[in-house]
Amino acid sequence: MTVPILFARDICVTIGSNEILKNVSLSLPKGSLKVLIGPSGAGKSTFLQTLNHLIPHDSGCLELNGKEINLNNKRELYAYRQQVGMIFQDFNLFDHLNALDNVAIALRKVKGVERQTAHNRAMQELKRVGLEDKATLYPAELSGGQKQRVAIARALAMDPTVLLLDEPTSALDPELIGEVLAVIRDLTRDGLTMVMATHQMDFARALAHEIVFMQDGEIIEQGSPEELLQEGTSSRTRDFCARLVTAIDDKR
Amino acid sequence: MILEKLIVISDALPYILQGAGITLIIVAGAMVLGLCLGVPFALGQVYGPPLIRGAIGLYVWFFRGVPILILMFLFYFGIFDLLGLNLSPLTTTALVLGMTSAAYQSQLFRGAIQSLPQGQLKAAKALGMSRWQTVSSIVLPQALRMSIPAWSNEYSIILKDSALAYVVGALDMFTRTHFVASRTYEHLTLFMLVGALYFFITVIGVYFLARLEKKLRIPGYTA
Repeated sequence: MTVPILFARDICVTIGSNEILKNVSLSLPKGSLKVLIGPSGAGKSTFLQTLNHLIPHDSGCLELNGKEINLNNKRELYAYRQQVGMIFQDFNLFDHLNALDNVAIALRKVKGVERQTAHNRAMQELKRVGLEDKATLYPAELSGGQKQRVAIARALAMDPTVLLLDEPTSALDPELIGEVLAVIRDLTRDGLTMVMATHQMDFARALAHEIVFMQDGEIIEQGSPEELLQEGTSSRTRDFCARLVTAIDDKR
Repeated sequence: MILEKLIVISDALPYILQGAGITLIIVAGAMVLGLCLGVPFALGQVYGPPLIRGAIGLYVWFFRGVPILILMFLFYFGIFDLLGLNLSPLTTTALVLGMTSAAYQSQLFRGAIQSLPQGQLKAAKALGMSRWQTVSSIVLPQALRMSIPAWSNEYSIILKDSALAYVVGALDMFTRTHFVASRTYEHLTLFMLVGALYFFITVIGVYFLARLEKKLRIPGYTA
């Protein structure tokens, strides 16, 4: 078996007396897209944030390309985070920088790339997400979908080996979801390794290599979309999805 | 009668305006010192270890709690003397006003820093930025922009407090006016004149700070 790109082993997080994550392990082979689903409060977002140590875990370990990361070593941690890009639900663009500088700033400050080179690279990434004509606009002048695409370009500019996406379309108006999903779909075709938390089941069904169902801080089931979602199978994942669909139908 | 007053004014004006130069030096010195201490104090209070936070807290309480008039005497006749420093009245005034302003400025920067959306800090971390890189390229550029309106308030306050230079005998605008008044007995005329001068310097300064604020405004951003 080949060594996974990213491997999280037995991650536990306790906040106060609440066990948010209980021995969660995840192995990401190169080029795979794993989709995390589950009810809110299941720990999906917390787990994604422990994967690049935005939330510290109480026990467990992280391995990149088979090598355990020493998270106490700042230099190693910063280098690790450059390898593991993150996309947030609410974009978190830097409000004082235009789209181009949002993408270029980490190249310049973290990687020490010279200004012009960083701008060229940033422009290239903006093109990749279809926003080359918005380079000079500031976050407040962009739509939600455009902001999220800039955020994706910002993460891609760092040449991450893994991309974590924390409900990237949940804060978007329905008509803007498509443009962001299209960009993510292109990334799967380019073979980028990704973990994504989402409620977009159609997207997950179509593109995920594996669906990971979480509940109460644990991984309950994982498997290919066919295994978990096929008609006639009785999986917890399928129950959850059926309830999602009913809930939407009730609203209509 | 009116002519006499006009003659007093025109005789005194050059002398008083030179004092305006001194007043502006005091104000500029105090504001720059306040900025240079206020920003690190604010950062220390937000990100520093408990000991540093406590020390800065004490500093702020001291300078906010004691009247500037008392601080002027305290430093000019006491503390600077004890330290073996022989500072001029002008330097003393600028330092005391600057240290006081640092206390206030640190609080306005602290507010601005704490009001930044936390998500941006997460994003910076996720890109591999160190604490210092995040502060210098993400936090401060935004926090300082947000502070300009409050900062122009600070300018008008320091400008008027600078008249306290009188008590240590720096030859600022007010001290000079007072000298002329006690020689010519035209108190009312001269104090009206100097009051108007303070007013105009305030208006001009606030105007330029408002222009700066507009110039640095982030397009589309209203907060």
